[in-house]
Amino acid sequence: METGTTGDTGRGEWVGLPGGLLRLRRLLLVMWTVPLAAGTALLLGLTAGPPWAALGASWMAALAWGWVLLGRNWRSWRYAERADDLLISRGVLWRAQTVVPYGRMQLVEVTSGPLERRFGLASVQLHTAAAATDAKIPGLAPQEAQRLRDRLTELGEARSAGL
Amino acid sequence: MTAEAGAEAEAAGPDAAAPAASAAPAVERRLHLLTPLRRAWVPIGATVGVAAQQADQIQRWASGLSVTLRGLALLALVVVFGVYGFLSWWFTHYAVTDTELRIRSGLLFRRTAHIRLDRIQAIDVTRPLLARVAGVAKLRLDVIGAEDKDELAFLEEREAVALRAELLARAAGFAPAEAVALGEAPQRELLRVRPADLVVSLLLTLSAWAALAAGLIAPVAVWWFSGNPWATIATMLPMLGGLWSGTAGRFLSEFDWRVAESPDGLRLDHGLLDRAHETVPPGRVQTVRIVEPLLWRRRDWVRVELAVAGSKNGVLVPVASRAAAQAVVARVLPGVDLAALGFVRSPRRGSRWVVPVWWRGYALAVSADVFAARRGLLCRRTEIVPHAKVQSVRLTQGPWERVQGLAEVHVDNGAGGTVTARLRPAAEAAALLDAQAARSRTSRADARPDRWMT
Repeated sequence: METGTTGDTGRGEWVGLPGGLLRLRRLLLVMWTVPLAAGTALLLGLTAGPPWAALGASWMAALAWGWVLLGRNWRSWRYAERADDLLISRGVLWRAQTVVPYGRMQLVEVTSGPLERRFGLASVQLHTAAAATDAKIPGLAPQEAQRLRDRLTELGEARSAGL
Repeated sequence: MTAEAGAEAEAAGPDAAAPAASAAPAVERRLHLLTPLRRAWVPIGATVGVAAQQADQIQRWASGLSVTLRGLALLALVVVFGVYGFLSWWFTHYAVTDTELRIRSGLLFRRTAHIRLDRIQAIDVTRPLLARVAGVAKLRLDVIGAEDKDELAFLEEREAVALRAELLARAAGFAPAEAVALGEAPQRELLRVRPADLVVSLLLTLSAWAALAAGLIAPVAVWWFSGNPWATIATMLPMLGGLWSGTAGRFLSEFDWRVAESPDGLRLDHGLLDRAHETVPPGRVQTVRIVEPLLWRRRDWVRVELAVAGSKNGVLVPVASRAAAQAVVARVLPGVDLAALGFVRSPRRGSRWVVPVWWRGYALAVSADVFAARRGLLCRRTEIVPHAKVQSVRLTQGPWERVQGLAEVHVDNGAGGTVTARLRPAAEAAALLDAQAARSRTSRADARPDRWMT
C-alpha cells in the first residue's frame, strides 16, 4: 500500500496515511468541478456566445490547483506512536502538532462514514478531559484503525492518570 | 476546638446520626419542608407567562364568570401547584453512601444520580437572600459532567454545613463512622478583602468606565439619529446590564471576600445579599490566572482567578496586594513560588512584525512545576498551569509566523481551557512541545491522590 511519509525523521517512527483518503478526496473534487465546468461552459455558450464557453475552463484550473493542494495536505498528515505519547503532525501552510500522553486519554473513538466505508477508510479520534484536544487521524485502513484503538486503549489503561 | 464541639452537637442531632450504619443500605433523607414552595414557582411562572401573552382572551373569558367561579378557578390553580410542589418534594430523596451521593427524584420521569465522592471538584453552600431569611441553604457538588439538577435545594442551614463536612470527610478517605463524627474541619483565614479596597478597585477598573461611557453615548447617538424612544431603550438595556454586572453586581457578590485554608481544601466565603461558601478540595485547581489591570499597577494590586473542572466559580481573590495574592496562590499550587518565575519575553526580531507593539506583552516561564504564559500590555494576564494538569500539548505555526521563525505552543487543561504561549522562537517551541509532554506525564506521578487524606 502506498503511504505518504515513511521512515525515521528523528522523532520516533513517523507513519503517513494510506492512499485511500487522497483518492477519496480527489474523486470528490473531480465529481464537483467537472459537472460545474460543463454546466458553466454550456450556460455561457448558449447565452453569451461560444467564445464565452472557454470560461468553464477556470473550473479546470481550480481542479488542477485543488489536486495539488489535496496531495500536499495528505502528505503532511502523519503520526508517531512513541513510548509514552502519540504525536500527530499535519498542515502545510498552517502547521500543527499535537502530543497526547497515553495516560491522559479518556476515550478512543473509531468512526467511519458511509463514503469512507465505501473506500475502506476509518478515522481514529482521541479524547482527553480537555475539550481543546484535537487529536484525530483521518483516513486509516480499518484494520490499522482497530489496531491503533486497541493499542492506545491498552497503553492508556497501563498509564492511566486522573485529572 | 469550637469546630469539634460543634461536630458533637451535630452528631447528637437526629439528622446526623442517621447514616452511621454504613453497611446497611444507605438511609434516604428528604430535603427541607420549604422546598415545595420553591418547586411550585416553576409552573406558576409558566402560567403567568401564558396568561400575560393571552391577556385579552383570559379577560374575556373571566368576565363571563361569576365571582365565586373565579375564586374557585384561582383556588384550583393554587391546589394544583401546591400538589405539584409537594409531590416533587415527596419523591426527591438523597442518601450518602461510602463512595457516593445518590439523588433520586421525579414522579413520572424517574431520575437517579450517583455522584462519586472521590471525583468531587468543589462543594458550594449558597444562601440566596430569601433562603437566608428562611434559614435554609443550597448545596451543590461540582463534578465533571454534572448537571444543575444535581444540587440539593433546600436543606436546613445547619444540616447543609454538616452534610458538606461529611461529604468532604468521606471524599478525603475517612472511615464512614469517623466521617460523621468528624464535623467541619478547622479553618485558618488566609486573606480578607476590605470593602473599601473592593470599592476602590472597582472604581479603578477601566472596563467599567468604558461601559459607563458607552452606556451614555450610545443611547444619545441612537436618539440623535433615529429619534425613536424604543430603539434608544433597546440599546440602553444591554448596556445597563453590562454596567451592572461589571460594577454593582461584582460588588454584591465579592463583598466581604474571605479566603481560608482547611484540611478539606480552600474555603471561599463571599457575598452581601446572597452568601456563598465554596470549598475547593486540594489538588483540584487546573489553572490560576493573575490579572493586573493598568490602573491597579501603581498600587501593586492583582486579581486572581482560578479554573476548576466542572465548576462555575472563577474568582479566587477579587483584589489583593501582590504579596498577599502570591501567598494564597502558593497554597493553591503547593511548591510554586510566583516571584521566582523567570519570564522570558518574545524575541524582538520577528515578533514585532507578527503582533506590532503588543508583542512586548508576551512572555513565558517554565519551572519544574508550572507552565506560565503572560500576555497583554494594558491589562496584563498571567496564566499558570501545573504540569500535572496538562492534558495535551499542541504546537501551531502559520505561514507568516514561519517566515519570522516563530511558533505558538498551546497547553490544554481539564477545565476546558487552553494556555497559549505565543511568539516563541520555532526551535524553542519544538523543544518545548516534547519537554512539556514529558513533564505532563511524569509530574502526575507525585501528585496527591484524589482521596487526599489517604
